[in-house]
Amino acid sequence: MHNMETREKIQFKPETVAEINRIISQFPQGKQKSALLRILHIAQHEFGNWLSVEVMDYIAEFLNIKPIEVYEVASFYSMYNLNPVGKVVLEVCHTGPCCLVGAEKMIKHIEQTLNIKPGETTSDGMFTLKTVECLGACGYGPMLQIGEDYHEKLTIEKLDNLLNVIKNKNN
Amino acid sequence: MGRKILLEKTGIENINTYEVYRREGGYSAVEKALKKMTPEEVVEEVKKSGLRGRGGAGFPAGMKWSFIAKPEGVPRYLLCNADESEPGTFKDRFLMEKIPHLLIEGMILSSYALGCNTSYIYIRGEYMWILRILEKALEEARQNGWLGKNILKSGYDLEIYVSPGAGAYICGEETALIESLEGKRGNPRMKPPFPAVKGLWQSPTVVNNVETISSVVSIVNNGGEQYASIGLGKSTGTKLISACGNIRKPGVYEIELGISVEEFLYSDEYCGGINNGKRLKACIPGGSSVPILPHYLVTKTANGEQRLMTYESLADGGFATGSMLGSGGFIVFDEDQCIVRNTWNFSRFYHHESCGQCSPCREGTGWMDKVLKRIEYGKGNMHDIDLLVSISKNIEGNTICPLGDAAAWPVASAIRHFREEFEWHIKEPVKCLETNYGLVKETELEA
Repeated sequence: MHNMETREKIQFKPETVAEINRIISQFPQGKQKSALLRILHIAQHEFGNWLSVEVMDYIAEFLNIKPIEVYEVASFYSMYNLNPVGKVVLEVCHTGPCCLVGAEKMIKHIEQTLNIKPGETTSDGMFTLKTVECLGACGYGPMLQIGEDYHEKLTIEKLDNLLNVIKNKNN
Repeated sequence: MGRKILLEKTGIENINTYEVYRREGGYSAVEKALKKMTPEEVVEEVKKSGLRGRGGAGFPAGMKWSFIAKPEGVPRYLLCNADESEPGTFKDRFLMEKIPHLLIEGMILSSYALGCNTSYIYIRGEYMWILRILEKALEEARQNGWLGKNILKSGYDLEIYVSPGAGAYICGEETALIESLEGKRGNPRMKPPFPAVKGLWQSPTVVNNVETISSVVSIVNNGGEQYASIGLGKSTGTKLISACGNIRKPGVYEIELGISVEEFLYSDEYCGGINNGKRLKACIPGGSSVPILPHYLVTKTANGEQRLMTYESLADGGFATGSMLGSGGFIVFDEDQCIVRNTWNFSRFYHHESCGQCSPCREGTGWMDKVLKRIEYGKGNMHDIDLLVSISKNIEGNTICPLGDAAAWPVASAIRHFREEFEWHIKEPVKCLETNYGLVKETELEA
């Protein structure tokens, strides 16, 4: 029941509503809450890469559950951003196996190239650097994830290329 | 070449599509089961096969199935655990990407055996693209009559759905997975009641790993006895091992259980030896949670016997000199790797992933993370080493779920085998920031 003015603007696109209804139908009657995690992914994608309180309230209403049931889930799982992030989030794995093959070097290189530390966003709002725990790519490290895509077996050259391609695409 | 069951056909072009999978004999096990076998007979074959849970615990799958409660009028659920979050483990992902219909076929067989009419695949949120692969494959299976009502006119109905997590290691634990699938935080439940009695939405539930379920296809096709004839002793069949770290050929390999660790680590068919001509320092054979082995205990047991890739041999010597097969996440360390730094890294991981429900784990993982960090950065003192051992002992066995043990074991084993390296970090605070300790006991290599 926060800011009613902004709340009114929050609404899933009609095709998203259809997709969400398809997901809810996969669970028995009355168990629609089971769709919550997936709906939060969809909402994050649709509403600018993060979950505001307004968005979470909207989802609670949509699923007919209490807002707290959404907040407590959104704050538990590491893939949900509860604060605004850049247009592109670089999620670099920094767990043991990736570190055995140079993940720390990659993180340092991104820090120096973009002039940000993990958890920070570049001043132009383009990149956020996030260190994350094991993404199940241990044999193909170092690696990072952008959106749904895995970028594996990274080298400094590959990393520079990747950052340049993203910058050019978004200019 | 070793025998392949799960990856036998992954080299075939377009085996990820329904047409090719079917052309290559796919779904014949479903035909066999639904037309010629009762659910009990399927359970019986899985029992005979000796198949053990491939997610890490190694519990006999057939026995787990036989625990499921069957109250009248209450639905039962099969949940496939595709959360794959144990550092060092990336095998399920390989299987689902390369040959998604194998998992779906295994799901149909397992659901039929357990009497489930709705089953779910819970997949980690970061694998969203694999979720899409699975949904496409499920749609193909449905269109071709392998899912839905009255499958093959057998009277059996089944629907399978995929549901994502959102970044939480703990959701690989079966009761946390159930909570998460109910749309909640992934806090593990107290047992009992066990999921087999009260699981998803308080209904009887079985949770099995991707690889376990996929293995059922071959067991139904060729019989449990045939599966049991592969492997060694109680380690029957084949196992996917995901090998990573400082080896020449990281990747996913299917091994016949019982080959030697030496063959797996050094032969060109598998890991191909240590990368860049370096020497082996240590190995974690079953995912980050299992005890680390120093180089002299990797290929041989403490008794000097050859160490084999089996549940039993990898555990030989208990926690004093052995480890575990676990999930098959095989992590190799070369001579340049710092054990203190790696131990701290894993402690930070468990600290991050603790759900916070039980104090020993919530507080203990954070404490170990902090102490290990100060040792790594040359600010530790000698008491810290025993403090770590004490914290790990106080976490172990004192939590609702095994994450506490998983956090404690790597620290305890690293200190057990590499105590000198921890002491060196404390005694040489400047040096430890500049150079690496290297191999612990040079002399033992020559011996």
